[in-house]
Amino acid sequence: MLDASLSEDRYARHHILPEIGHKGQDRLGAARVLVVGAGGLGAPVLLYLAAAGIGHISIADDDVVSLSNLQRQVLHSTSWLDQPKTQSALARLHDLNPEIEITTYPVRIYDAEAISLVGQHDLVIDCTDNLEGRYVLNHACFKARVPLLSGAISGWEGHVGLYHPAQGGPCFACVFPEAVEERPAQNKGVVGALPGVVGATMALNAIKHITGAGASLLGKLLLIDTLWNEQRLLNVAQDPACPVCGGSHQEGC
Amino acid sequence: MATYDVVYFAWVRERIGLPREEVESTAQNVSDLISELSEREPRYAAAFSDLSAIRVALDQDLAQFDAPLEGVHEVALFPPMTGG
Repeated sequence: MLDASLSEDRYARHHILPEIGHKGQDRLGAARVLVVGAGGLGAPVLLYLAAAGIGHISIADDDVVSLSNLQRQVLHSTSWLDQPKTQSALARLHDLNPEIEITTYPVRIYDAEAISLVGQHDLVIDCTDNLEGRYVLNHACFKARVPLLSGAISGWEGHVGLYHPAQGGPCFACVFPEAVEERPAQNKGVVGALPGVVGATMALNAIKHITGAGASLLGKLLLIDTLWNEQRLLNVAQDPACPVCGGSHQEGC
Repeated sequence: MATYDVVYFAWVRERIGLPREEVESTAQNVSDLISELSEREPRYAAAFSDLSAIRVALDQDLAQFDAPLEGVHEVALFPPMTGG
């Protein structure tokens, strides 16, 4: 571990920020965050959270670095082609901030292990690239009573929400019911800088959530359209008929 | 007859071909408004062919398709995005 004066230097711009300060930085250092997906959104989320001094970051991703990833997944580099994204991420983040602990899970997270893995963290950040994975994480976070910060992108647009039924907010399925199918004909194109905007927004809201700074995204869904410069902050509420959390949101059994 | 700011996101916007427009309508609720638009031009019908994949917000509050439009200024229609 590096000595205290180096750590003081590393986080100096947080320390002098009234909304974070030493107390907030200590909270970041004590936090355990699970980031699922080390792709487009995972890249800025992981870079900014590691840089911010999140004490323990777990990374789950079963993919390898492909050439077509590098247009937007700025965490990875050409020299890491065909290598597991978890290994590429680990090397880059360790170089960025050797003071933090990083655990890697080079696997796809399924229901069975998701609940126990999620339960070992204070916050889960959903950077997955498919609806099925999002529902698995949502269910696990509800069961484990762990807040879920979820972001998604498509083309030039994205959305970000914080889901935590144990604190009275909706779960992901309240807002996007599980009946909603991924549209097969959906254009999978994405502009390279978009995950930077949406992922950095997610990292920022993770920092706010952990330090308690400012207004929470709980009960909100932020829609971002970078092509037409439109943004909406929608109010979203728990659905009493939600098959995941409805009616038993205080139980989390 | 009332006028609404209708805002489209993601592939709903792509299919309709514009991010927002003013719509004059006598529709009582969101479903009626969508039916009206779908009858106007095929691009609307294509965008609204599967409503299970679209969510709606009225004046920035998430709402159901049977929610009344009375007093509403902005109708936002958006699908869940799935990419990461």
